[in-house]
Amino acid sequence: MARKLLLAHIDVPGINTFEVYRQKGGYRAVEKALKTMSPEDVVEEVKKSGLRGRGGAGFPTGMKWGFLAKPEGVPRYLVCNGDESEPGTFKDRYLMTHIPHALVEGMIVSSYALGANTSYIYIRGEMMPQIRIVEKAIAEAKAAGFIGKNILGTGYDLEIHVQPGGGAYICGEETALLESLEGERGNPRIKPPFPAVAGLYGCPTVVNNVESIAATVPIVNDGGEEYAKIGIERSTGTKLISASGNLVRPGVYEIEMGLPMEEFIYSEEYCGGIANGKRLKAVVAGGSSVPILPTHLALKTAKGEPRLMTYESLADGGFVTGTAMGSGGFIAFDEDQCIVRNTLNYTRFYHHESCGQCSPCREGTGWMEKVLHKIEYGHGDMSDIDLLWDIQQKIDGNTICPLGDASAWPVASAIRHFRDEFEWHILHPEEAQTRNYGLVMEGVES
Amino acid sequence: MLSVKENKIVDFSTPLLEKFAEVVARYPKGRQKSALLPILHLVQAEYGWLSVDAMDKVAAYLDIRPIEVYEVATFYTMFFLQPKGKYVLEVCRTGPCCLVGAERIMQHMEDKLGVKEGEVTADGLFSWRGVECLAACGYAPVLQIGPEYTFYENLTEEKVDQLIDELKQKAQTK
Ligand SMILES: Cc1cc2nc3c(=O)[nH]c(=O)nc-3n(C[C@H](O)[C@H](O)[C@H](O)COP(=O)(O)O)c2cc1C
Ligand code: SF4
Ligand code: FES
Repeated sequence: MARKLLLAHIDVPGINTFEVYRQKGGYRAVEKALKTMSPEDVVEEVKKSGLRGRGGAGFPTGMKWGFLAKPEGVPRYLVCNGDESEPGTFKDRYLMTHIPHALVEGMIVSSYALGANTSYIYIRGEMMPQIRIVEKAIAEAKAAGFIGKNILGTGYDLEIHVQPGGGAYICGEETALLESLEGERGNPRIKPPFPAVAGLYGCPTVVNNVESIAATVPIVNDGGEEYAKIGIERSTGTKLISASGNLVRPGVYEIEMGLPMEEFIYSEEYCGGIANGKRLKAVVAGGSSVPILPTHLALKTAKGEPRLMTYESLADGGFVTGTAMGSGGFIAFDEDQCIVRNTLNYTRFYHHESCGQCSPCREGTGWMEKVLHKIEYGHGDMSDIDLLWDIQQKIDGNTICPLGDASAWPVASAIRHFRDEFEWHILHPEEAQTRNYGLVMEGVES
Repeated sequence: MLSVKENKIVDFSTPLLEKFAEVVARYPKGRQKSALLPILHLVQAEYGWLSVDAMDKVAAYLDIRPIEVYEVATFYTMFFLQPKGKYVLEVCRTGPCCLVGAERIMQHMEDKLGVKEGEVTADGLFSWRGVECLAACGYAPVLQIGPEYTFYENLTEEKVDQLIDELKQKAQTK
C-alpha cells in the first residue's frame, strides 16, 4: 500500500470534526511549529521537503515563501486558492469536504511561517457546502484556541476568513483571484510586480493551492527530509489525483509521486481500468489545459520508458511527445470518444472563461471555437486544420496570463496526435455525424 | 443585461444587514469593497436574483459607485440579472462530464421541462442551464441547485425525473 499523508485518516468516521481530527493527531503541527520552531525554521522545512505547488504550475513552495517581501510595518497575507475550476480537477473539493481541518491546520502553520496575521481562503462560490464546512472547521479550531489572539500562549495572532468566488475560472489565476478578493472583476494583473511584493491590498502576499497548504502539516510533523524521501527526483511527496472520464473507479486518489501511469489506470488499488471493457484511447493527465496524449505516449515516453506520475516524467518529450502534471486532473478517454468534439468543448470553455483583456486570447479562443464547430458539424475544409494550428500558435505566449496558453495547448496537442481524426471528419462529413472515428491511428481512408 | 423589470424597492432586512456587517468586518478598514461578492451572494439568496435597485442599495451600503457593483455582477456567472425559476438546475457541460453523458442529460432536461436553456417554465418553478466544470468530474454527470448549491451526482435520466418531481412536490407543500 502506498503511503498516505493527506488522506491517511479519510475513512475515520467523524474526521471532519475537530474532536476526531484532534484525536488522530491533528493540530500537532500547530503546536510543534508555534512552540518549538521559528517562522524561518518552518520555511526551511518546506524548502527541504521539495514540495511543489499543487495548483498547476508546480513552483517550489519553499522558494515562493522565500521571495515574500517583509517591509517593516506592512501586513503580509496568505491567500489560499480554493477556486478549483480547471476541468478534470476535484481534489480540493474532496479534501475540504471530508477533512477540512487538514486545510485549516495547514493555514495556521503556513500563516505563522509567513508572518501573516490575517489569511483568506478563497473558495469558488459554487462550493457553498464546502464554504460552510470550512467555516465550521475554522470556528471549531478557534474555539479550541488554535486561531485567534495569542494562540497557545505564544503571542502569535491569526484570523482566517473564507471568501466565496462568483463563478469564473479565471479567478483561479492568482492575480485575478486577488482582484476578485478585493471586490473587482477577475482580470489578471500584469506582472511584475508579483504578489510576493505587491499582492492583496498592495501588500506582500503568498497565494497557495489548498493541497499545497495541507501538505505543510505532514512536512512540519515529520520534517522536510522525511517528506522528500517519498517520490523521485524533484517530484517529492504525495499528490492528490482527480481521476475522471471512462474509468471503472473514477475519484480522488493520493499517490506517491513516481507511480507508473499504467498502474494508476489499470490496478485495482486505483482506477481499476477502463469502464465497460473498452480500450483506452487518450489521456489528459493534468487538467484540461495540458496536452492530450494518445495511449501509446501516455503509458510510455517516446524513449519507451514507462511514464511515471512525476513532474519530470510527464513532461518528458516536451509538448511534442509529453505533457504536464498540471493540477493532477486525470481524464481518461475510451475508444468511443471523439477528439474533435472534445477539443471543441474545451475551446468553448476557454472562450467562455477568457476575461477579455488581451485580444489574442479573447478573439483567438472564439475563432478556434468557430473553426472547430465547423469541422465537428461537417463543414470543415482541410485548410481549417492549418488555420487552427496558426491561431493557437499566435495565442501561445502572447497574453497577460496563462489562460491564453491553456487554450492553445489542447488544440495544438489534439492536432499533433490526432490529425488523422480531424482529416477524417473533414473528408467524411456525413459519416462523422453518425459514428466516431474510434481508435484508428494511422492512414486515412479517403 | 441589467434588468429593471419587477424593480421593487428592496429594503434589506435587519438580519440581512447584520450578515452584511459580519462580512465587512473580515477586511481591513477602508477595504469594505472586498465584501461585494459575499454580499451579492447574500442578496441573491434572499431575492432570487439581482435587480438594479438591489445593486444600487448594495453600492450605497458599501459606499461605492453603482457602476462598480454592475461591473462585478455582470462579470461573474453565478449572479442572475433577470428573474429565474424558483429552482435553477445547473448542469455541468464541460469536457469530462461530456465523456459520460452530460449532453444527454441536458437534452433530457430540455425535453422534460419543455423550456430552452435559460428560460423559465410557465409555473415559474424551473430554469435550467449548462455551467462549466463544477469540480466534481469523478461523479459525473452532475448538477447543482442554488442558493445552497446542493449537489446531485452520477445523474441518469431517471434521477433527473425524480428530482424534478420531488421539487414540484416540495413547492406545492410550501
Ligand atoms: C487560468 C488559470 C486558472 C487557475 N486555476 C487555479 C485553481 O483553480 N486553483 C489553484 O490552486 N491554482 C490555479 N491556478 C494557478 C494559480 O495561478 C497559482 O499558480 C497557484 O494558486 C499557486 O499555488 P501553488 O503554488 O500552491 O500551486 C490557475 C492559473 C491559471 C492561469
Ligand atoms: S490571457 Fe485571456 S484570461 Fe488571461 S488576461 Fe488575457 S484575456 Fe484575460
Ligand atoms: S467537467 Fe463536469 S464537474 Fe468537471
